[in-house]
Amino acid sequence: MNNFSYIQAEKPKDATAAKRDDKSAAFIAGGTTLLDLMKSNVENHDQLIDVNLLPFRGIEMTKDGLRIGALERMSDVGAHPLVAQQFPAVAESLLLAASAQLRNMASIGGNVLQRTRCGYFRDTAFPCNKREPGTGCPALEGDNRNLAILGTSETCIATSYPGDLSVALTALDAVLTLENSKGKQRQVPITKFYLLPGTTPQRETVLESDELIVAVTIPQTAAARKSKYLKVRDRSSYAYALVSAAVGLEVQGGTVRAARVALGGVGTQPWRCFEAEKALVGKPATEATFRAAAELALRGAKPREHNAYKIEMAKNTLVRALSEVAV
Amino acid sequence: MSAPTTPAPLNPDGSRRTFMKQAGGFLGLALAPPFLSQAERLTALSKKVEGVSTISLKVNGTVRAIRAEPRVTLLDALREYLDLTGSKKGCDHGQCGACTVLVDGKRVNSCLTLAIMTQGKEVTTIEGLAKEGGELHPMQAAFLKHDGFQCGYCTPGQIMSAVACVQEGHAGSEAEVREWMSGNLCRCSAYPNITAAILEAKGQMG
Repeated sequence: MNNFSYIQAEKPKDATAAKRDDKSAAFIAGGTTLLDLMKSNVENHDQLIDVNLLPFRGIEMTKDGLRIGALERMSDVGAHPLVAQQFPAVAESLLLAASAQLRNMASIGGNVLQRTRCGYFRDTAFPCNKREPGTGCPALEGDNRNLAILGTSETCIATSYPGDLSVALTALDAVLTLENSKGKQRQVPITKFYLLPGTTPQRETVLESDELIVAVTIPQTAAARKSKYLKVRDRSSYAYALVSAAVGLEVQGGTVRAARVALGGVGTQPWRCFEAEKALVGKPATEATFRAAAELALRGAKPREHNAYKIEMAKNTLVRALSEVAV
Repeated sequence: MSAPTTPAPLNPDGSRRTFMKQAGGFLGLALAPPFLSQAERLTALSKKVEGVSTISLKVNGTVRAIRAEPRVTLLDALREYLDLTGSKKGCDHGQCGACTVLVDGKRVNSCLTLAIMTQGKEVTTIEGLAKEGGELHPMQAAFLKHDGFQCGYCTPGQIMSAVACVQEGHAGSEAEVREWMSGNLCRCSAYPNITAAILEAKGQMG
């Protein structure tokens, strides 16, 4: 790990201004992604700005929904009764992620910003358009078993966000509150937060260099209350998703009134399936309906040599998740 | 992972560990400042720390000071600066759990924790589990009884994680123990015995 200077920010402006003034600086909360990548020289920062003393805490119901401070830890949020009862998909996505140790450390804001597990990105011996723009993408013809089939480009096929939480947040229309070095806040729906790789895979989100995530707010809906996160992986625990589904359904008298569907592990970003949702609403809550929606969700998938299995796996995962919440 | 900036010279007998023991003791005496509370820490650290600085850590109830760069992890501080080599370095990337310690009672991967960010907190390592006089913690005794290891390298991390697992209330069944201990890998695959040890120790931890 390269050496760096360290500063502990007392106020939000101390943190955001320090980041504005030093393009090579990074914020650190839990450090579970950052230090891992710095040890591998995938990221190099000459300054770390510790944000843990900032007042971005609390898990509380507001008029806009459940507001979670960006510095709350995954373990605390996953175990919180409000989250477990009103937003089961969010609680499940947190508790099925990583390990107990990492969940105690990792913050909600940091989780949303965790980086891809693409082996070429994580190994500096290889070229990578995301790590060093313009150098190429060995994943296109290489080991792409865990990479994306939706939203890809000729420069990058990484599942840019490899985690779980943002898949649930994407399904449930969460909104991120960001604050910049002028102290100005803005709200960005998570469905507009991540960027497709296109020709600039190094730019992964709309977050500006002096902006910090302050909070995540999840609207309270009937579909959120009846939601689920289903994760399929190589090991039964402590592994990234090959495929995952976050779904929420509001069913009345056997008919779907509202639906929320997002997939993880298949897209270059957490993948919201608006078409599948439209195909569910107004239809009977049956397996045939779910199967038709799953076909739509995976339409346009572009598999590579080793990840075509994800198409069938994603469809089945989606159908199972929908069937389980429809009961 | 980088070595500490001031590399420890070797003793004539070639034992770096012996040197570290002596140096650690000496530095500890010479430099130990009063333990910083959270409030004091605010003012103490609000300016930028560059290069080597004094970092004060409370480990197993004792405050000790080291001189280290911000990039020194808690794991390296424990092993290389404080001579507490019970916590093991396995993957050094938060994947294996061998470095698990408790910080303010919660289990964390010390390899992904910076020592400088652990000031003002209580660290408990495997060396801090047994009672004074040497009576083993119930979890340690249960690991012995159930043969919860083979090579033993993952054991300190397993035991620290297991203590937290029970304290969290996540040791209700074999399945629950396996899920909540999944952050600790054992390449000898002593999992059945580790699970049995945890389920037994749970009843004795009160």
